[in-house]
Amino acid sequence: MKKKEWRNILVVLVLVAALVLVKELKLVSTSNLLILQYIGIYSILVLGINIVNGYLGIFSLAHAGFMAVGAYAAALSTRYLFTSQWMFPLALLVGGLASLCVGLLVAIPSFKSKGDYLAIITLGFSLMIQSIFMNAEFVGASRGMNNIAIYTNIYWVYGVLFVMIQVVMRFVNSKYGRNLKAIREDQVATELVSVNVRQAKTIAFALSAFLAGIAGALMCHLLGYTSPSSYGYNNIIDGLVMVYIGGVGSITGSIAGALLWQIIIQTLKDLGTWRWVVGGLLLCVVMIFMPNGIFGYQEIGTAVRGLFARLTKKHAKEDVTHGE
Amino acid sequence: MNIIVQQFVNFLQLGSIYALTAISFSMVYGIVGLVNFAHGSIFTVSMYFLYFLSTWLFNYIESTWLVYVISLSVASFATSVIAVLIERLAYRPLRSAKAVALVVSSVGVGILLEYLVLNFAGSKAKRMPRIIPNQGVALLGVTIPLYKIMIIVIAIIAMIALTQLIKRTRLGTSMRAVAQDRVAAGLMGISTNRVISYAFIFGAVLATLAGSLYGTAYSIFAYNVGDTINWWSFIAAVVGGIGSIAGAVLGGFILGGISILAPILLPVSSYKDIVAFAVLIIVLMIKPTGLLGKRSSEKI
Repeated sequence: MKKKEWRNILVVLVLVAALVLVKELKLVSTSNLLILQYIGIYSILVLGINIVNGYLGIFSLAHAGFMAVGAYAAALSTRYLFTSQWMFPLALLVGGLASLCVGLLVAIPSFKSKGDYLAIITLGFSLMIQSIFMNAEFVGASRGMNNIAIYTNIYWVYGVLFVMIQVVMRFVNSKYGRNLKAIREDQVATELVSVNVRQAKTIAFALSAFLAGIAGALMCHLLGYTSPSSYGYNNIIDGLVMVYIGGVGSITGSIAGALLWQIIIQTLKDLGTWRWVVGGLLLCVVMIFMPNGIFGYQEIGTAVRGLFARLTKKHAKEDVTHGE
Repeated sequence: MNIIVQQFVNFLQLGSIYALTAISFSMVYGIVGLVNFAHGSIFTVSMYFLYFLSTWLFNYIESTWLVYVISLSVASFATSVIAVLIERLAYRPLRSAKAVALVVSSVGVGILLEYLVLNFAGSKAKRMPRIIPNQGVALLGVTIPLYKIMIIVIAIIAMIALTQLIKRTRLGTSMRAVAQDRVAAGLMGISTNRVISYAFIFGAVLATLAGSLYGTAYSIFAYNVGDTINWWSFIAAVVGGIGSIAGAVLGGFILGGISILAPILLPVSSYKDIVAFAVLIIVLMIKPTGLLGKRSSEKI
């Protein structure tokens, strides 16, 4: 126990040192710093998506809407309520909680509908939210909100990400997280052992929306603007791609997915629009050879140990690769 | 009165286009059970084939009908080849995997195709040459452009032909069998792979037909025309009920009706999406399997 705590403290220290080096000593260029922040923010979003799409196993498309609600709520709160910099965490919280409320609403159809039908309903919610912002004059309608105070920096992004990883890690290994995995495998059997399925789904959607909302809040305070067009079809697809490339039902996978996809689309700028062709191709290849994503249903520790065991004992752990 | 007739024709036109795209989407959807997110891109590809072929053919041929028929058949063929190739390379290796992996693979194919089109054809919006002659037809005291009537007629003929094909021919029977139970159909001697390839071919041909009608109705399009078509046809297919042709037609016309009626009845035309999705959510909350759908418990 004690050893583990020391290890955690060490990880935090290394992380802080790395951030300070990167930010204060300008080890990376400004554009790369921005990409690092994108990676952090999208990791938070993908963690959120993974709770519903990965751990609960529902194919939901609502995340762009959640992100929009979080972004707009936080932007409004920093404009009218929390006007000074030290109140930024409160604004993040407002973004997360506003999104959480919408998440509670989206959870209701998931009690009855399933599969494709539920996917469509969540898509509908997401696009409805986009349309509402598109038509609401007090948030700038289709022009969006400009001149949002730029509070987000790399410390905030990775600080929040670290906290959220801790939260999600504890959540998925708790009673509630295990409920989600049980529902994913067999909902009827889970109901029969007296798990409150509705409560579990509601919690999953709420937490998922909360994370997406915080990601949205961080994003709009990083860019300094937010507009409805950033929460449309393409962003839904983006989120899905990161979750399923990285791996469903895995915290490591969420971060790996965000990292990989952002690197592909942000750093391969030389390729121009061809980078999307590369990205699409990569997505197909990953799915064909690793249908659960790179870290599907396993964390980095398990994955590395499995790989190590396979390298040392060739015949062992065959089942990891074949899945069945 | 005039406005009512005109809007009704507009509704029929938009509804037919939506219905055709919804059917083309649900060919694959009904038989393979795959939510094909690449379908919108296949639609885009077919529109670009049509555009390049018909602009090129107009240099040599005067008759618009001839150009229409030739470009439609060549574009259908080319799009079908692409659809079958996609099925072979990106979907068949995943047939025994979980449904979500297949869906994500189709997302990948969709992105790939869309950006290939962008890279080869450029991001500038294109104008589809008018394939159907620009004439007016007097109907109930209103002059209606010929192309609108042609769109409706062509769409209805295509839907009837497809229904008959599915109902009466041997291929149609085997398609229904594969849709019902793939393993049992295979045991009865139906070549599942062949039937699934045909489903993709039909989907591509119908998408090309829908693309030609869309191009006639709206003429201007760009590389991302398939994005919205993809979602709208998905929505229409689901509202109507998965795997049912009549359902897809119904869903298409409902969406067309909402798109036409909402701007008339509501103060701001951009509320139409909200109304469309609200109707969708209400329909699915009341009848979770779509209007004409069978019960399904499949998880994607």
